Amino acid sequence: MTIKEITDRIDGKVICCEEKLANSVEYAFASDLMSDVLTIEKENMVLITGLANLQTIRTSEMSDISCIIFARDKKIGEEMVTLARENNMILVESPHSVFHISGELYKAGLKSIY
Amino acid sequence: MQFRHKIAGGDFAKAGNVASSLKKVLRQLNIDHTVSKRIVIALYEGEVNVVAHAYSGVIEVEIDEEKVKINITDKGPGIIDIEKAMKEGYSTATSQVREMGFGAGMGLSNMKKNSDLMKISSVPGEGTIVELLNYIRPDAR
Ligand SMILES: Nc1ncnc2c1ncn2[C@@H]1O[C@H](COP(=O)(O)OP(=O)(O)O)[C@@H](O)[C@H]1O
Ligand SMILES: [Mg+2]
Repeated sequence: MTIKEITDRIDGKVICCEEKLANSVEYAFASDLMSDVLTIEKENMVLITGLANLQTIRTSEMSDISCIIFARDKKIGEEMVTLARENNMILVESPHSVFHISGELYKAGLKSIY
Repeated sequence: MQFRHKIAGGDFAKAGNVASSLKKVLRQLNIDHTVSKRIVIALYEGEVNVVAHAYSGVIEVEIDEEKVKINITDKGPGIIDIEKAMKEGYSTATSQVREMGFGAGMGLSNMKKNSDLMKISSVPGEGTIVELLNYIRPDAR
């Protein structure tokens, strides 16, 4: 599924790296626990999270996650955007909950990891 | 190739800077992606541990043709029972650490999983040394 399709389904607002919306992903993982995200070996996934801080971006950098969806309109700081840009990451804000976003994207065919 | 970075305890904004720069170096050296990812993830959790649990630390990285060796040395409270600390789920992390997305007691076990060899030594009240070793050839493990 392309990131564009994903953002459309969750009323997402793209905060950075719009030029990459045509990229596609196969998997999604939802967690606020970065240590958990760091155990995942699969790539080609989006992270759905309620945790908005620099470590969310750092974790995604280490795990080669190219798109992060922040649930419930979490504030995405300037430093986060700068770091995401450096790493060619797409940041998306959605007004919906982690549960709602996960449900929509699962229904649309994104695969779960476990 | 060798380099050395200092890190400050409590400085969450910078946690991960060393792992990030090593990631770039490993990419430049054309190290196998799976191998490099394991190294970078182990170092990141190690770096977060110094920031979360110690007062200050030094990370030394040594890369040669066959391996990447990382020593994370910190001044801090040390670990009294290393075996217990290694257990998944054991954590003394503060709520501040948990707000950063860590503190579930999964770091050390993931570091072990992502390294070919890991050694921890610690003097309670003084500090901790974590040594990580990864072979560069994916089939050398
Ligand atoms: N560098 C360190 N200095 C002191 N204690 C540490 C250090 N690293 C780990 N520990 C101890 O081991 C526990 C488990 O570490 P870890 O598995 O990384 O989980 P977490 O950091 O999420 O608590 C920590 O909660 C802490 O008590
Ligand atoms: Mg830890």
